[in-house]
Amino acid sequence: MSALSSIPLTANIDRRELLRKLFSEPAEWLFVSGLAGASKDAAALTDDGINLFSMAGTMGAAVPMGLGVALSAPNHNVAVITGDGEILMGIGALATAASVQPNNLRIVCLDNSMHGETGRQTGHTARTANLELIARGAGIERTMTISESSQIAEASSFLQNETGLAFLVCRILPTEPSAYKRNMKADECRVRFRQAYLAET
Amino acid sequence: MTFEHTHTEWSGVMFSILRDAGVKLFCYVPDRGNDCLISLAETDNKARAILLTTEEEGLAICAGADLVGERGILCMQSSGVGNCPNYLSLVSGARFPLLMMITMRGDYGEQNPWQYPMGRAVEPILKTMEVLMFNVEHQNELERTTVAALNATGKGAQSAAIILSQKFLGTKGF
Repeated sequence: MSALSSIPLTANIDRRELLRKLFSEPAEWLFVSGLAGASKDAAALTDDGINLFSMAGTMGAAVPMGLGVALSAPNHNVAVITGDGEILMGIGALATAASVQPNNLRIVCLDNSMHGETGRQTGHTARTANLELIARGAGIERTMTISESSQIAEASSFLQNETGLAFLVCRILPTEPSAYKRNMKADECRVRFRQAYLAET
Repeated sequence: MTFEHTHTEWSGVMFSILRDAGVKLFCYVPDRGNDCLISLAETDNKARAILLTTEEEGLAICAGADLVGERGILCMQSSGVGNCPNYLSLVSGARFPLLMMITMRGDYGEQNPWQYPMGRAVEPILKTMEVLMFNVEHQNELERTTVAALNATGKGAQSAAIILSQKFLGTKGF
């Protein structure tokens, strides 16, 4: 089987420009982002917007929290922004999401193959773990892995123009995440997200 | 319900109260103590049962539901509380008013020694993570306890767990 050896080992995608190329209309989405770099990039995308709930702890919680939003707001597009370390810590959530198949949920994994926040230690995806295969094995049928800037447009269409639960792995350069100072007070962020959503609907 | 089960009657009472209070997502790791309740959620067109791989997922799912104004409940055995503390930081940190239903092992009449350590740890873990506890030991406490926990997690804006003792549930024979 060639799938395991097909994990792209090199990448030229700059994470600091990636999300705005993937999401052309960020205001039309509800975002949940996992701790550290993924949340900095998501905050830069939305200008730490009222449609983002970003985390700075609870490693592994981004996918199940996004799932809860997607199931409870079925008429909205929901995107989870997470990293390779975070998603592996709560990897069973992919099976849970697949079992209920929310058509409005997209999961985007920014895979730098390292634990950037804690000192750039090597992660499992630098070695043997293949997140796209894991997602497919969990039962997510629409999956994609990109590692080149030239593939971003196709990935953007995959997220925005097609329906159904989807999982996108983006192999990214080992740069720092976006330098964005977001609100770290989780209670304030909960209230602001909730009030904005409920005022709109 | 078309089948007979030790827990059929109280599960029906509890499910009706939860559903009427707007609880829609019934997140669960299977346990003998919650299987009737989950069967009811699976067949009710206003509710949705969500099978988890591990209990803490349910806390994040219920938090996500709260972000858009909906309510969920995490149903688990007491041993699952041991998987939850890190995600319970959403509770105290972000003030998510999460609701749990915990079916006890390792308390009253337990015969499996493996169950006792987590049985003892449930209360200190929930206390440390600022989750209110509402205990049910007798049949006549179930309805008002469920309502109390819903009030706490509703307008009360707290997190709460309904804890069903083995004195109430009965013990598993070995």
